[in-house]
Amino acid sequence: MDKQTRPHDRLAQVCDQGVLVTAEGVTMSYAGRQILSGVDLAVNRGEIVTLIGLNGSGKSTLARILLGLLQPEAGRIWRAGGLRHGYVPQSLSIDPAMPMTVRRFLTLGGKVADEMLITTLAEVGLSGRLAAQVAELSGGELHRAMLARALLRRPDFLVLDEPMSGVDVSGQGQLYQLIATIRDTYNCGVLLISHDLHVVMAATDRVVCLNHHICCTGRPDAIVGDPEFRALFGAAVADQLALYRHHHDHAHETDGGVVPLNGGHGGPERGLADEHGHDHQHGAHGHD
Amino acid sequence: MGTTISTALMVMIEDFMLRALLGGLGVAGVAGPLGCFVIWRHMVYFGAALAHSALLGVALGLATGLPADLGIAVLCLLMALGFLALDQSRLVASDTLLGILAHASLALGLLALALLEGLRVDLMSYLFGDILALNLTDLVVIYGLMTVVMGILLAYWRPLLSATVDEDLARVEGLNTRWLKLLFTILMAAVIAIGMKVVGILMVISLLIIPAATARRLASSPEGMALAAALSGGLSVVLGLLGSYWWDLPSGAAIVAAAAALFLLSLGLPVRAVREIFNSSKSGTALR
Repeated sequence: MDKQTRPHDRLAQVCDQGVLVTAEGVTMSYAGRQILSGVDLAVNRGEIVTLIGLNGSGKSTLARILLGLLQPEAGRIWRAGGLRHGYVPQSLSIDPAMPMTVRRFLTLGGKVADEMLITTLAEVGLSGRLAAQVAELSGGELHRAMLARALLRRPDFLVLDEPMSGVDVSGQGQLYQLIATIRDTYNCGVLLISHDLHVVMAATDRVVCLNHHICCTGRPDAIVGDPEFRALFGAAVADQLALYRHHHDHAHETDGGVVPLNGGHGGPERGLADEHGHDHQHGAHGHD
Repeated sequence: MGTTISTALMVMIEDFMLRALLGGLGVAGVAGPLGCFVIWRHMVYFGAALAHSALLGVALGLATGLPADLGIAVLCLLMALGFLALDQSRLVASDTLLGILAHASLALGLLALALLEGLRVDLMSYLFGDILALNLTDLVVIYGLMTVVMGILLAYWRPLLSATVDEDLARVEGLNTRWLKLLFTILMAAVIAIGMKVVGILMVISLLIIPAATARRLASSPEGMALAAALSGGLSVVLGLLGSYWWDLPSGAAIVAAAAALFLLSLGLPVRAVREIFNSSKSGTALR
C-alpha cells in the first residue's frame, strides 16, 4: 500500500530513462468485482514486455488503461510526451456488412503514400492483399492487417492483445520473430498479452505475471522459479519452461540472478525494469 | 412499352404525385447512406425505438405550438440520450431496454394525443405515413434537412467510418468516438423526423435499412454501398408511388414493399458485374 504514497519526483526521474508508459497503483473494478488492484508497471523503449495471466486476470483491462481507452478508478498513468500508440486488439469489431478493402482499412486513420502501404504490408507478410476485402481475410491475416495499421502510425508504444490466437504453431514462431524485428526497426516498446507460456519464453525481455495484482515480474528464465508463478501455472509447466534456454544479449549469474542489459545493478530506474522481484509481501494476501 | 412509360410520366407530373416523388427521393437520398451506418453499427433497433417515440414528439409539438418536425426531432434526441444513460447502468440487455423504450414511448404518445382535447389528429398518417399529402413547406423542410444531414455526413465521413469499423482503434488513433456517436444519433433523429412523413413511424426505419441491405451485395467499398443504397431507396420510392397510384394502395406500405422486393431481387443478381458499376471510380486501381 505504500506504493501509492511514493514521492512524485520518482516518476519524473524514471521517465527520463526511455520509459514510455508508467502505471502506478492502478486499481479498477467492474460491477463490484476487483479486476486490478495496485498495479505498477513501466514499459521502456526497445523492450518487449509480456503480460501473462489466466483468463479474467485483468490483462486486457490493464492494457486498455495503459492505452488510455479506460480510466482507472485509482492510480496514475504517465505517458511520455507525444507518445504514439499502436494497438492490435484481439479481434476487430467490423461488421461483415461493411464492404472494405485492406487498403481502405489501413488508411482509415489518415492518408498514406502507396509505397509505405506496400512496404508495411510486406513487413507483416500480407503482400499483395491490398485489394482484398477485410471480411474475407483469415484470422491470422486480419491480425497482420491490424498490425500493419498500427505500424503505419510509427508507434512508440505497441500493444498486441493475444496476437498468437488463431495462428498455428509454425506461424507463431514467425510472428514472434516479426514482433522482435518490429521492436528493432521501430525502436518502440512492445506490450504483449499472451497466455501461451512457450511463446512468452521465446522473445520476451520481461514477463509480468498478472492475477488482478502483479504476482511476479522478471526475465522469462528467472520467473519460472517464482513460487507464485508455479502456484498459478503449475510446477510441471514451470519446470518444463525452466529447461528452455533463450539467447539474449544479457548474462546470467551462476545463482540465477540477472545482469541488466545496460548499466550495472542498483540504478533505481533500471531496477524497476530489469530485476526480478516482488513488490509485495507473500502470504499477506490470497488469490481469488 | 412506350405508352406505359408515358403514362407513368403523366402520373408523376400530377401535382401531388410530383411533390410526393420529390419528397420521397429527398428522404431516400439521405436515408440510404445513413442507413448503411445504421446497419454497420448494429443500431437497427435503436433507430426503431427512436421512431416509436416520434408520436410523443408530435404531441409535444401540438402542446407547445412548435412545429411537429421540431417536436419529433427534439424528442428523438431526448430518447437517444435517455437510452445511452440507462444503457450505461447495464440493468437489462440493450435490446430489452430498447424494446421497453420503444413501446412505452409509443403508448405515451398515444395517451398524450388523446389527452390533447379539441385536436383532431390523423393518427394513421403519423403511424403509416402520408407521402401524398406533402405540401411545399414539407418539401422545403425535407430538402433543407437533407442538405444539412448530407453535409455533416460528408464532412465527418472518414472519422465516422473509422469509429464504425472499430471504436477502440479509432480512439487509439485520436478520434473522439463519444462525440461521433452523439453526432450520428442527432443525424438519425433528423432523418427519422423527415422519413416518417413518407412511410410513417412504424416503418421509417425500413427506409434506412432495407435499401442499405440491398446495396450490400452490390458494393465493395463503403461509398459504393452508400451510393447504391440511395439509388435503391429512390427506386423503391418511384416503384411504390406508381404501384400505389395504379392499384390504389397505401403509398407508405407500397414503398416499403418495393424496397423489400428490390432486396430480394439483389440476392439473385450477378454480383461481380454490378459491383463494377458502383466501384469503378471509388476504390481506385487495386495494387497487387
